[in-house]
Amino acid sequence: MALLELSDVTVHYGRIRALSSVSLSVAEGEVVTLIGANGAGKTTTMRAISGILPLSSGRILFDGRDISRLRADLRVVRGICQAPEGRGVFPGMTVRENLEMGCYTRKDRKNVAADFERVFALFPRLAERRDQAGGTLSGGEQQMVAIGRALMARPRLLLLDEPSMGLAPRFIQQIFHIITEINEQGTTVLLVEQNARQALSRAHRAHVLETGSIVRSGTGAELLADPSVKEAYLGVA
Amino acid sequence: MNAHIASRAGVRILARRVGEWWHGLSRFQQWGVLVPLVVLIYLLPVLNPPLLTTEPGTDFPIAMFNAARMALIAIGLNVVVGQAGLLDLGYVGFFAIGAYVAALLTSPDSALGVRYPWLVVVPVAMAVTMLSGVVLGAPTLRLRGDYLAIVTLGFGEIVRLLADNVEPLRGNRGFQQVAGPPGTHADGSPIFTQTGGTPWYWLVVTVIILVLVLVGNLERSRVGRAWVAIREDEDAAEIMGVPTVRFKILAFVMGAGVGGLSGALYAGQIGFVNNQKFDVVTSVLFLAAVVLGGAGNKVGVLLGAFVISYVPDRFQAVAEYKFLIFGLALIVLMVFRPQGLLGARQRLLARGRDAYRRLVGRPEQVVTKGPTPDSGRGVRT
Repeated sequence: MALLELSDVTVHYGRIRALSSVSLSVAEGEVVTLIGANGAGKTTTMRAISGILPLSSGRILFDGRDISRLRADLRVVRGICQAPEGRGVFPGMTVRENLEMGCYTRKDRKNVAADFERVFALFPRLAERRDQAGGTLSGGEQQMVAIGRALMARPRLLLLDEPSMGLAPRFIQQIFHIITEINEQGTTVLLVEQNARQALSRAHRAHVLETGSIVRSGTGAELLADPSVKEAYLGVA
Repeated sequence: MNAHIASRAGVRILARRVGEWWHGLSRFQQWGVLVPLVVLIYLLPVLNPPLLTTEPGTDFPIAMFNAARMALIAIGLNVVVGQAGLLDLGYVGFFAIGAYVAALLTSPDSALGVRYPWLVVVPVAMAVTMLSGVVLGAPTLRLRGDYLAIVTLGFGEIVRLLADNVEPLRGNRGFQQVAGPPGTHADGSPIFTQTGGTPWYWLVVTVIILVLVLVGNLERSRVGRAWVAIREDEDAAEIMGVPTVRFKILAFVMGAGVGGLSGALYAGQIGFVNNQKFDVVTSVLFLAAVVLGGAGNKVGVLLGAFVISYVPDRFQAVAEYKFLIFGLALIVLMVFRPQGLLGARQRLLARGRDAYRRLVGRPEQVVTKGPTPDSGRGVRT
């Protein structure tokens, strides 16, 4: 059974339709990626799953239960946590305080120390900067905070929205490497990316979004080889 | 101009030094400083120190009471504006509701025909304002930023217009003989009178200390963390599992309760309530106290409130120009020190002296820096 299932999800911003009848599923343990151009609806999909945007129609099932109308904070309790686009780091909080915010809904305070260790092991840079304010970090470091903060919630499903956006190439490699590592440690990942080549090569399955609809689906390898995907998203003629 | 900039920098360094010194003290030493300071604050109206005094223009104990009342309001508004980052331009509405509830329940002019004791009326006044906070907040706190500011501005005006036009609220005629706290001297004369500011001042300072303890504890709890997260990035807070609307309503209701309390205290001291004191300008003055002192910093807003209330009383010659002066002061402040005289303490969870001591001296620490890249937001709120 799928961990996350979207069926016919439609979302509007005012009168503008941003998503029309999007259906996709993510199985436990998978990395699934959504690729697409600017404005295709990738971030909208993420925000709808997180509960920041209401659905116009359709359903979202998580772990077999309908969460379409569940409040955003209760979705975090169920096990969905997002590292938002543009990072959304709390600028006046230190790195440690930002990571603490990730545990906001958690009841098992005992295990938090271990999770700090885990995040600092994944991102040694954050350990060095633990007492520095989020707003004074570099873009790459803020991205690490955003991912680390989401991991602190111990999510069953990690939503990553454009983790490579605006990063230096060396950081991009590192971030994707860490995503694979997180997945291997047992967290299911839904990844939204413009960096299609990296995303597709790391994903088990992938969907292509175009103007609010899914136009192509397949395994990462299939889409990497797909001529139309190559032309539109991989920059190969 | 250079001297001016130098003095500004001087203030900044002084504020930082004092902060570092304070956080470097042990808890015992902090009490050693705090207790004499509080005693001194309590004694102020009795001492009536020569340079500080506002006489002959204004009775000094009354001036001190007004400053303390403004400080209480600033603490309440700071919960909303400073802690949760919600711009409230209609705070005077809550203040007015508190004053009117006190008047309706204790004045012989009230159509209700009841004269409840003051000690019963104060909690009722707070309950009614908190309820009005929920009624206003529940639908509007889904709005953000500027929209919320406009709605709260409207709320303040609605309360004022109701006071103007609803017959039982008696418009300009107002309510006489609003009750004050109980208690008489040995000779049978009442302790709390309209002319004697000192007992009122002591009462308000005591209330301020209680509210500070309550608010301070909230700040350090999960609630406080949620407020800071909402202030810094509402979307991110929601994604981290903070029920943002509920915590915004809570901040609103807390602020409303303190506003109502100060309204009831004000009505009791003056002994008279009508529709004259609850306009937008008063709201803006409250907000100016918070912004001037440093939104989010409790000591800062106390200082800001003191300045806003005390300066016109002390320097009667300039009292007429107080809005001009405060306006200029705010502009200068926004240019040189947008976080206010004492900015918000940005460190949140790594609280306590230990964490602070570990950091002191490190170049990267937050507290010693000027505005963070995001401080533009601080200016707006």
